[in-house]
Amino acid sequence: MRLLIALCAGGLFGAGLHVSGMTDTAKVQGFLDFFGAWDPTLAFVMGGAILPMAVAWQLTASRTPLAGGTFPAKPDPVLDRRLILGAVLFGAGWGLVGLCPGPSIASVSYGGAGGIVFLAAMILGMGLAPMAARRLDTNRAQA
Amino acid sequence: MIDWIFGLFGGLMIGCAAALYLLGNGRIMGVSGILGGLIDGSARTAWAERGAFLAALVAVPALLQLGSAPTVATHITSNLGLIMVAGLLVGLGTRIGNGCTSGHGVCGISRLNMRGIVATLVYIAAGAVTVVLLRNLIEGL
Repeated sequence: MRLLIALCAGGLFGAGLHVSGMTDTAKVQGFLDFFGAWDPTLAFVMGGAILPMAVAWQLTASRTPLAGGTFPAKPDPVLDRRLILGAVLFGAGWGLVGLCPGPSIASVSYGGAGGIVFLAAMILGMGLAPMAARRLDTNRAQA
Repeated sequence: MIDWIFGLFGGLMIGCAAALYLLGNGRIMGVSGILGGLIDGSARTAWAERGAFLAALVAVPALLQLGSAPTVATHITSNLGLIMVAGLLVGLGTRIGNGCTSGHGVCGISRLNMRGIVATLVYIAAGAVTVVLLRNLIEGL
């Protein structure tokens, strides 16, 4: 049951990324190019994705997940250094090439060598992240 | 220009996928979390459902690409050095900041989660600054 739901969700997500044009790095960089030839497509994708999810969050009230367990608790509204620094690093990498994790995986079969190199480098970065995050916390404790 | 119609339609599909993953499995559909948990070993027992999600995420666009004409071009830069730096930054940043466009953006904003909203504003701002620098400095060299 859990596997079937995960397969369907991953497939539908991949189809949505493909259909929306978000595996095209030019459209993503075009959205981020606010001072150039701005391409608003990504805003429509984000808006379109938020609508069903907003309904889904409403439906989680007084229910449990179909496959059992509990829904994730809403995190405390704490804006820490990790969140901000992580978002800055992510945004910089996103702007450089126009790929974020979802589209980089969705397009790996047709993104050529560049797409594969990106995915490999991203996986390496994810592997190094716990060490980097620990170092951030240690520096903060010493400061 | 009908790009925004495809964008909106594809976006609705992405949102339905996230809604299915949440209501079905009780999980946040955040790609950096799903993949990152497998990489750093924090996934523990949930590795199978993560693997299934990722396998379908690769397979379905591959099939769509085979069946579509014209196919989607990724327009990815040919500068492999730039790609490596970008990939490292995306991998590090999404795991340090605990989310990417799907987790913070789609799932966080739709819940009016302050962390998701702020992270999304910050990574869009950082991305916009990077694109300005890229367009004016690096490509101009």
